[in-house]
Amino acid sequence: MSQNIYVFIEQRDGKLQKVGYELLGKANELAADLQQEVVAVVLGSGIKDAAAELFQHGADQVIAVDDPMLKEYLTEPYAKALYEVVTAKQPEILLYGATSIGRDIAPRVSARVHTGLTADCTKLDIDSETKGLLMTRPAFGGNIMATIICPNFRPQMATVRPGVMQALEKDPSKTGTVEIFNVDFKPEDENIKIVSIEKDKKKATDITEAKILVSGGRGIGGPEGFEPLKKLADVLDGEISSSRACVDAGWIDRDRQVGQTGKTVHPDLYIATGISGAIQHAVGMETSELIVAINKNESAPIFDIADLGVVGDLNAIIPKLTDALKKIKEAE
Amino acid sequence: MKNILVCIKQVPDTTEVKLNPETGTLIREGVPSIINPDDKAGLEVALQLKDKTGAKVTVVTMGPPQADVALRETLAMGADEAVLLSGREFAGSDTWATSSAVAAALKTLPYDLIIAGRQAIDGDTAQVGPQIAEHLGIPQISYVASVDIKDEDTLIVRRNFEDRHHMLEAKLPILITTLGEEIEPRYMSVGGIFDAYREKEVKVLTYEDIKDYVDPANLGLKGSPTKVFKSFTKPVKPAGTVYKDVSADEAVTIIVKKLKEKYII
Repeated sequence: MSQNIYVFIEQRDGKLQKVGYELLGKANELAADLQQEVVAVVLGSGIKDAAAELFQHGADQVIAVDDPMLKEYLTEPYAKALYEVVTAKQPEILLYGATSIGRDIAPRVSARVHTGLTADCTKLDIDSETKGLLMTRPAFGGNIMATIICPNFRPQMATVRPGVMQALEKDPSKTGTVEIFNVDFKPEDENIKIVSIEKDKKKATDITEAKILVSGGRGIGGPEGFEPLKKLADVLDGEISSSRACVDAGWIDRDRQVGQTGKTVHPDLYIATGISGAIQHAVGMETSELIVAINKNESAPIFDIADLGVVGDLNAIIPKLTDALKKIKEAE
Repeated sequence: MKNILVCIKQVPDTTEVKLNPETGTLIREGVPSIINPDDKAGLEVALQLKDKTGAKVTVVTMGPPQADVALRETLAMGADEAVLLSGREFAGSDTWATSSAVAAALKTLPYDLIIAGRQAIDGDTAQVGPQIAEHLGIPQISYVASVDIKDEDTLIVRRNFEDRHHMLEAKLPILITTLGEEIEPRYMSVGGIFDAYREKEVKVLTYEDIKDYVDPANLGLKGSPTKVFKSFTKPVKPAGTVYKDVSADEAVTIIVKKLKEKYII
């Protein structure tokens, strides 16, 4: 009989990833509805100490598969390990972050276990009648939302977009013993060899953590269009972000892209400049607390979701706004 | 490497989809069907490998008879053969059932390398490729940006993750999923278009052709572990205020006032 809510905790270079904490936060809510426990599963090499910290982030139990084979992510060793944990423990629910790793391992495990998988969920609930998991996700390029169920197979599995769920406050008083789960790896499990790993040199800015984002779209005109936006972002202690158009044009790095194929953000303030606001962009930012849009085209869809919209020339407005905010800051 | 299979999907161009502002429902009429962009990138990778090795490129899709158009386009780009898996047995498939059916079809064909797009723009799941690989019992590499040949049965593949790239060495057979933003597909050639419609055939496979390779209980709606419980349009947010015909200075005053009101400054 399947039970408990399991969370696949992603680690890179032994460092646990934030999305895992977010999933533990959500898993705690689901566990309360089901009166079951939250179990964190970590796969890696030399990760036992890091795994023990998961109790402080809301895990009732922690399972670690600790093996040199799992040092760097490879599909087969990871899928094999997780499959064996699933087979032995029979989870009711298993959640993954919708990251590259999560989206690589989860479908592999779903096919091996023979169970359903729902991708990129933005909302998870327990059906009060059936006690099944209701998995809600954007579909059709974000134009509609669909709630998916997996009534006849277990575990019910979902990948969840990073930045959507809320992590719990860390509670240093919580401790526990990490269960070490052994997997009998064979040399042939390493069926793909890593020739080299090239880490992105500059530290990637995580725009999902920014409280304030100043975002540019095609309307900023070129890569130099980000300069005034950067100045505005600096005054506000924020970061710059972008629509897909600028990324595809090579004006800015992909890690700053907001939207369906980029990141989901919900900052306190999102200033959209020169962004038309097509649905693919809107799905990544529409839950921002305050949306200010500046665009010269008054029929741009961004004005439908903006709390405050100004139809005008961003080249005239942005520098003046930066100066005005600078003065206010200096006066304080 | 002798045989490359490329899995594609014909999708509605979701960037062209509009919502009816009054009912909030999708307007599907007039939305063009296209080859999913990540899949087209996969075909380009296959054609480049064909240029280097002379391998045969066969494109496979599952879909309604109208998907013939998408397959002809791949033939016009340079694919050698095209296969359409079609039938009511496959209707209503989720990713699990889709991958079961496609994997069964692929089992009827010779392959050394299978290429699929990372994800389709109408579903964005990125699941079918890895699930096919598991059903076939072969390794997968997803998020592939480029492919090089090391020797006859070994590829060197560049994979992009969020914070790093992996150079991976993989023995054939293998399945890779390709990134549309990294690979620019070629255009159809005029001669290719002519051949695609006059010279080449789209081979149609039905359930009868693949039944030895798949349990019918794993196909279509009944073979799908996941079900759509409901679908809905997002609740419309109350409209904000939009100012037109204001000077830049007035705009700044309005924005600053709002930021103060919300305690941002």
